Amino acid sequence: MATSGVADRGSTERSSDTKIWNNPTVRGVFWQIVLIVAVLGSAAYLASNAIDNLARQHIASGFGFLNRESGFDISEKLVQYEPSDTYRDAFLVGLLNTFEVAGLGVVLATILGTLIGVARLSPNWLLRKLAQCYVELWRNLPLLLQLFFWYALLHVAAPGPRDAWNPLPDVFISNRGLMFPTPSADPSHKFIWIAFFVGVVASIGLDWWGRKRQEATGKPFPILAASAALIIGLPVLVLLATGAHMTLDKPVMQGFNFAGGSSFSPELTALLIGLVVYTASYIAEIVRSGILAVSHGQTEAAGALGLQRGLVLRLIVLPQALRVIIPPMTSQYLNLTKNSTLAVAIGFPDLVFVAQTQINQTGQAIEGIGIIMATYLAISLSISLLMNIYNARIALKGR
Amino acid sequence: MATATTMLPASGSNGLQRFGLWARANLFNSVGNSIITVLFGALALWVAWSIFKWGVIDAVFVAPNMRACQTAGTGACWAFVGEKWRFILFGRYPYEEQWRTAIVLVLLFGMTGASFVPKLWRRETAYAWVAVLIISGVLMWGGVLGLVPVESDLWSGLPLTMILSLLSMIFGFILAVFLALGRRSNLPVVKLICTAFIEIMRGVPLITILFMASLMLPLFLPPGFSVSKVLRALIAITMFLAAYQAEDIRAGLMALPKGQFEAADALGLSYWRKTKSIVLPQAITIVIPPLVGNLIGNFKNTSLVSIISLLDLMNTTQVALVDPNWRGLTSEAYLFLGAIYFVACFAMSRYSQWLEVLLNKGKRR
Repeated sequence: MATSGVADRGSTERSSDTKIWNNPTVRGVFWQIVLIVAVLGSAAYLASNAIDNLARQHIASGFGFLNRESGFDISEKLVQYEPSDTYRDAFLVGLLNTFEVAGLGVVLATILGTLIGVARLSPNWLLRKLAQCYVELWRNLPLLLQLFFWYALLHVAAPGPRDAWNPLPDVFISNRGLMFPTPSADPSHKFIWIAFFVGVVASIGLDWWGRKRQEATGKPFPILAASAALIIGLPVLVLLATGAHMTLDKPVMQGFNFAGGSSFSPELTALLIGLVVYTASYIAEIVRSGILAVSHGQTEAAGALGLQRGLVLRLIVLPQALRVIIPPMTSQYLNLTKNSTLAVAIGFPDLVFVAQTQINQTGQAIEGIGIIMATYLAISLSISLLMNIYNARIALKGR
Repeated sequence: MATATTMLPASGSNGLQRFGLWARANLFNSVGNSIITVLFGALALWVAWSIFKWGVIDAVFVAPNMRACQTAGTGACWAFVGEKWRFILFGRYPYEEQWRTAIVLVLLFGMTGASFVPKLWRRETAYAWVAVLIISGVLMWGGVLGLVPVESDLWSGLPLTMILSLLSMIFGFILAVFLALGRRSNLPVVKLICTAFIEIMRGVPLITILFMASLMLPLFLPPGFSVSKVLRALIAITMFLAAYQAEDIRAGLMALPKGQFEAADALGLSYWRKTKSIVLPQAITIVIPPLVGNLIGNFKNTSLVSIISLLDLMNTTQVALVDPNWRGLTSEAYLFLGAIYFVACFAMSRYSQWLEVLLNKGKRR
């Protein structure tokens, strides 16, 4: 503020401009040095406080605890884990749980959100209004409240396993969570996976070759049909060739609970439903605005060129809509991943839950929070790096 | 394309006929659409009826406890809300002193409502805000003018939610302006510090910042010096909101034509004078809609302080549900709470849409 007076009088007192403290470069350097000293000084002060406090409370520092026995069990785990395992293993279990929720959530929210986004543009008035109600309802409620609601619904209101809800054949919802059938493991399944990867690789090669041929001869290649046949057809062929070992392991009532199949705990189910329902309402709006962003003239021009309807969608509308859709969609995926930390509120053991337990046990809050922050920063920054590369690639080439 | 189908024949025909034509054009214009209409119409009616039956027809409105409720009817037990609304709204604040928080609520709601009116966007409103905040502080803390002092740890319910969201809004916005300017600065150190702050805050979940404030901050303070839980949560929410708003404001700064900066320089204005009189008024006007969007998100986000055991609206509801006389009435409690949040957020989002139209009026040709 002190500088404004000088500038006001600048024209009448030109001589003052020659003073060294009126040189913008000198002033810039001066203020930056002041800022560095202030930031480093307060950091050093806070750090010395922390060291004193930790010493007084006999709290260890450093990441040595990672190799010590954790001593607590985790109710849900994708890998083998015992209370006698180390904190490092516990954090890994938490991280995998976070990835599980985020991965499933992203896929399900995309499907639901796209359906509702398209419904928002339906010529059917009723469908349009219902989709709008959905979006308005879930967007305007705190996610935490929604999670508590779903969790209470599953935990308190849902029936016991004996009279579980049965929305789909062999799918059960009870206060023990969600039970669903999965294919039972069989040694021949590894060949199916191999066939699947061969199909993917062959499709990529075929796409490259098809493009080359189209550039050279102008003849398009039906890449969509061909790659679908390769990716789905090959594994099915292998399945039939190896004798069709495909049995479903179904959940069956045994005693007081279900046995067989796979299950999601009430915590995981509530967290997934909450995250998907909430994020889908945002994705729906993104999809809707993306489709609306492609001007009608584009569709008409493509039609005038004689392109079929499928090709118009694939070559003209989708690429332009995706350019608008993908950047906000990625940030919704990131939001979903960050929101999955609300799992602590309903007791699903994600990364934050494990860190919180570790902080309670060891008192080493700085390290625990440091691990969570570093993990989320790594996820966020790598995704935004990928996004920047993608955006640079698809950006409209300016004049 | 959606609007083309809603056009009606301009003249003739009575109401029923007109509805028939409209329904034909918008609900039954093809076989597929007719099926969708019938299917989703039936589903919507069934859901609406079930909720109405549970919430009104079979509901119990007066009962001394949950057991009496369950014998009286099979639907919702609104007697719970009748019994607990005061605790949910005002929480642990001393019962006899709750009129003070009620006055604070009325003042804060009134000022927020007044601030929504563009005609009142002027200096006097800012002064009024300062006055209202001082009065609210006096009423909440007490200890002067014969008011009984109340520890901030006892602040709870809706007043706490309002105080947290309004104060984080005010301080967050001020911090955001400086962060945005810093990130656009020519000075490399300033730019680096602001960018790092913004990216770290935006890269991590709010809950980690809240954990930092509640678990880590006490470790960094000198012994014998403590910061209240409410203030710690407020600092966390403010920093988080500021990072997001800084990015909004930065977008506004980038959208401003370069000629504006050059013209200000040509007039010989200093940096701060240029920023205050030329740059910020224009840049912020451009980004008011996303800023309001962030405020809605921030209002919803304040519910996270319940995880670090602050007694906000979310947490008072949870506490009310623990009462053994009323255990298990989660749907009623969450519906009551949801209604409060929904009304506030829905009103704000409608306001933001209205504001967007208003602000773009001058640009439309």
